Amino acid sequence: MDITSVTSYRFASTRDDLALGPGEKILAGGTWLMSEPQPDVTGFVDITRMGWPEVEITDAGLRIAATCTIARFVAWSRDELDTPVPDGWHAAGAIPDAAHALLMSFKVWNTATVGGNVCQSFTAAAMVSLLAALDGEAVIWTPDGGERRQPVAEFITGQAKNTLRPGEVLRALDVPAAAMRARVSLHKMALAELGRSGIVVSGRRDEDGSTVIAVTASTLAPHVFRYPGLPDDAQLRADVATPTDFFTDALGEADWRRAVTAVLAERVLADLAMEVTA
Amino acid sequence: MRLTVDGTDLEGDPTPGQCLRTFLREHGHTEVKKGCDAGDCGACAVIVDGEPVHSCIVPAQRMDGAVVTTAGGLAPGDELHPVQEQLVEHFGFQCGFCTPGMAVTASTLTEADLPELDRRMKGSLCRCTGYRPIREAITAAVMGPVRETGSASRPVVSGGIGASVIPEPARRIVQGREPYTLDEPVTGSLVLRVVGSPHAHARIVSIDTDAARAVPGVVAVLTHEDAPATRFSTARHEHRTDDPDDTRVLDDTVRFIGQRVAAVVAETAAAADAAARLVQVEYDILPAVFDPEQARTPGAPVLHPGRTPEDRVADASRNVVAALHEGHGGDIDAALAASPVTVTGTWQTSRVTHAQLETHGAVGWLDDDGRLVIRSSTQVPFLARDELAHVFDLPRENVRVFAARVGGGFGGKQEIFTEDLVALAVLRTGRPVTYEFNRTEQFTRASLRHPMRVSVTLGADADGTLTAMKLDVLSDTGAYGNHAIGVMFHGVAESTTVYRTPVRHIDAEAVYTNNVPSGAFRGYGLGQVMLGVESAMDMLAQKLDLDPFELRRRNIVRADDPLHPDEDPYERDLIIGSYGLDQCLDLAQDALRRGNGVAAPQGWAVGEGMAVAMIATIAPNGHVSRSKVALRPDGTFVVRAGTAEFGNGTTTVLRQIAASVLEAPFERLHLWTADTDAVEHDTGAFASTGITVAGKALAAACQSLRTRMLQLAAAQTGTDPDAGLLTDAGVATPAGVVSFASLVAAADPAERDENGLFATGDEEGRLRSVSFNVHAVRVAVEPATGVVRILQSVQSADAGTVMNPAQLRGQIEGGVAQAVGSSLYEEVLVEDGAVLNPVFRVYRVPQFADVPETEVYLADTSDTVGPFGAKSMSESPYNPVAPAIGNAIARALGRRPFHQPFTRQRVWRLAQHPEPAPTRPAE
Repeated sequence: MDITSVTSYRFASTRDDLALGPGEKILAGGTWLMSEPQPDVTGFVDITRMGWPEVEITDAGLRIAATCTIARFVAWSRDELDTPVPDGWHAAGAIPDAAHALLMSFKVWNTATVGGNVCQSFTAAAMVSLLAALDGEAVIWTPDGGERRQPVAEFITGQAKNTLRPGEVLRALDVPAAAMRARVSLHKMALAELGRSGIVVSGRRDEDGSTVIAVTASTLAPHVFRYPGLPDDAQLRADVATPTDFFTDALGEADWRRAVTAVLAERVLADLAMEVTA
Repeated sequence: MRLTVDGTDLEGDPTPGQCLRTFLREHGHTEVKKGCDAGDCGACAVIVDGEPVHSCIVPAQRMDGAVVTTAGGLAPGDELHPVQEQLVEHFGFQCGFCTPGMAVTASTLTEADLPELDRRMKGSLCRCTGYRPIREAITAAVMGPVRETGSASRPVVSGGIGASVIPEPARRIVQGREPYTLDEPVTGSLVLRVVGSPHAHARIVSIDTDAARAVPGVVAVLTHEDAPATRFSTARHEHRTDDPDDTRVLDDTVRFIGQRVAAVVAETAAAADAAARLVQVEYDILPAVFDPEQARTPGAPVLHPGRTPEDRVADASRNVVAALHEGHGGDIDAALAASPVTVTGTWQTSRVTHAQLETHGAVGWLDDDGRLVIRSSTQVPFLARDELAHVFDLPRENVRVFAARVGGGFGGKQEIFTEDLVALAVLRTGRPVTYEFNRTEQFTRASLRHPMRVSVTLGADADGTLTAMKLDVLSDTGAYGNHAIGVMFHGVAESTTVYRTPVRHIDAEAVYTNNVPSGAFRGYGLGQVMLGVESAMDMLAQKLDLDPFELRRRNIVRADDPLHPDEDPYERDLIIGSYGLDQCLDLAQDALRRGNGVAAPQGWAVGEGMAVAMIATIAPNGHVSRSKVALRPDGTFVVRAGTAEFGNGTTTVLRQIAASVLEAPFERLHLWTADTDAVEHDTGAFASTGITVAGKALAAACQSLRTRMLQLAAAQTGTDPDAGLLTDAGVATPAGVVSFASLVAAADPAERDENGLFATGDEEGRLRSVSFNVHAVRVAVEPATGVVRILQSVQSADAGTVMNPAQLRGQIEGGVAQAVGSSLYEEVLVEDGAVLNPVFRVYRVPQFADVPETEVYLADTSDTVGPFGAKSMSESPYNPVAPAIGNAIARALGRRPFHQPFTRQRVWRLAQHPEPAPTRPAE
């Protein structure tokens, strides 16, 4: 929709351009900012022309630019971009699943960005669900010209809440190579078949056999559970029921979310166990 | 900024916060529609540099150098893209408002996308069709042309009644070129924005508009001090005295969150928005009540203390708008006590939004004669005109209201939600004014389906013959009484009279609360009450271990039964003009027995359920249509009817009727509808009367004209009128052909108008018949999650003579789809009067994936009341679906759901508890 309170629009191309004036707001894809009135926003600073490479492969792992669109991220995972998916990065196979967990259609993937999904920090943010299980880190540019890093699972602190401070900009999301080599499974549940997620459980099993399970969407903030091997069903069910921030909103009520989180966790576990025997 | 749109250069200067959608529309590309303006519905889809996007959430500032394709540019010139061709051929639209975006999205798909169609299309919402024809159209388009062998139901572009005639505007609709309400902008129009109340109940102490008026571009800020004192109802019926006079255009008391407090009229939306934020309102907050039972309890805050029965408010001191307490056949409690078997339960329905893809909207101006003209998205242009004249104290002839094609209605546009404010603003400013709802306003400032608590107790003999039926219904009308009375009375009518029972007792009340108002919604109360009655019937079948179809057969009204068996003077105009309920039961039961081969996932519980529905073919107390048809000298006909087209297919059927009676192809028919200038009066497009009233009036007009044409030709040639034939050249008589021009020339001046020889036809709805539907489903339920999957969906319908088979199927499928939504997914959540989910991303209109294909079967009947033997079939397919699904869930789980929608969380809760089922909603 038209954001009628906005009276300036500028494209940032350098880091200096990211310094915000009063009322200015960073806009990446813009798909959320353009979807609701923003009465306190008077200016948009568009970061899609910062020139950040969409995805970069380093020895440390994968770097996803905050401005990489969901569509390009999915295309990369399918090895359709110039940057190839390194051999053995099985986790890339879960990226389309995560994208499908988004309520937004593939048309919105063409505009919406990975960074925007993380910064919006809705409980249903599917990129958060994926990155939390992969020990993804948020790379944040600070206004003093520096940088800070924080695990995505800790970056998100509540419904539409994160640790981003005024003047900070999410630059990228880093995923360690070891996590990219893991086997990954992601299950979601919504109140309708392809609806906005009420519950997402994502998990990975590393080459060393250790297991990470992330609970998102059903709780206000992500919860990550780590096991040296595959946990047994009962333990996992008990563990994922421990968070105290299962919550109620239009996407699901807390008791259902808690119970179905355990059901989905079992499904993730079954997938991960099958991958090992396969 | 320069970009290319549909192959043509476009140069423009978008505002900083502008989205691509409005930028395109501003430059004439009204192919791009607005359904949600938030990226959720897909009506605004365009292709940018080869990628489909939702143009409402793309910043226009980014579009420099972009190549944009809208639905109008998918194929060169007037040609259609293959998927557009298939959408036309497969009746892939009804109102057509979502269709341009649907076509754009579908045009990017290939055969490889077919297995993923549910996902690929999840961002394209259609409220009308239920998606089956869209799915078929896409499949046909990506698979390439398939040679079809001719069949009776093959679509045709012109034809008489009984043929599957494609709607005339189809090709324009799929290209986005058919103009809807706001697709022909009025030059110089001001923008109107509303300041809403943050309080559920408050008296306005003062409004300071100085700061708002000071915003450059603001032309007027209107408050209750500017509004007429006359009270009216936003609900419209043939008789204005059917609805309570409890509403002002702008009031000095607000009774729900979101209610209009002030209207800002400005040169631009930006100015209007900025000014709206600056309007300072001082409120004296009053106690509020949100629960209808509390609202009618002594001591509750009274919402409309000044209203009396003369205003059609039954008992304002108890917040009761309407009440019905009546019994027939004896003492109900004695009858129940004497019944060998009884069952009882209490059901609760929820608020549902119509979710027409085109929101409410109107543009108004003063014409050259100073007449107030309003183009509105309305189902009832004549009734809106009449009420505007009443409220603003204008002569009726000084007001014209008309509708273009309307982008969906479902009852929601049988109300005045924009026209009155537009009228006020036009009259105050003298300038054209546009007021377009946003999607959130549809949830917070329009009307929602009445939530009802329905208690039903049934008594029966051991063999299942009903002995007694007792209902207690409580309807929450919200802050205003629009449609409260009609919905309540209709709700308890055909839902109960479909059964023969010696003793019947009904208590029903409709109650004011400080919630968002309720209003007319497809089914008009019947669906809510049928949830109770049909579920209670299922409980009775379970208790007696009887087949539920068999239980219905033992108790349904028969063809020769009176609908009111005793001396009840109510509804003497309602008869069973044709009877196909018995066939419907057989057709649905046979289909369910046959099955469809779809298996339940392992470990899921399976159950079957069914329900019946009856509906009157016309609303009570008169429903008027005055129609006029004129023969021009060139042989074309001007066909005038008042009714509106909002996807119901009425204009197609009107053309078919004219084509049949006048034996003319569509090229010779010019239809003019939904305009107070077109005919003398028309009650409007509601109560499923497109065929039964508007069609009947038109048939009469056409028949009269035909008779006069034959008489005039016979008189000229000295032949027998019965020997004449209507041909493309004129009337063929045994003594030669008499040209259309000479017929017109020979006509008496009294039967000539500016077009030529005319005739009129009237229908007043004084005799009404009934239609029937039976819905049956087999569902699978996953106890661990509460997921309900509909494995088989069957609906049989008795619509009398079928006027247009493809459109009839579309109405049934669409009704089922909408009902699947309100059965399983849709619920407007309200807490302390505030709507919690007023956007589509958190209010779940069914997507592609959510709607099962429904097998449709038709009874073979012909009605004695309706035109050509036809009956209505627009609202009724919706009504039996929720109880059928609820009954199936109850049988799958062994526990009955009492709270609609049967969401995953409610069903999960139901599945978790091993104790015996309660008979009331768990929440």
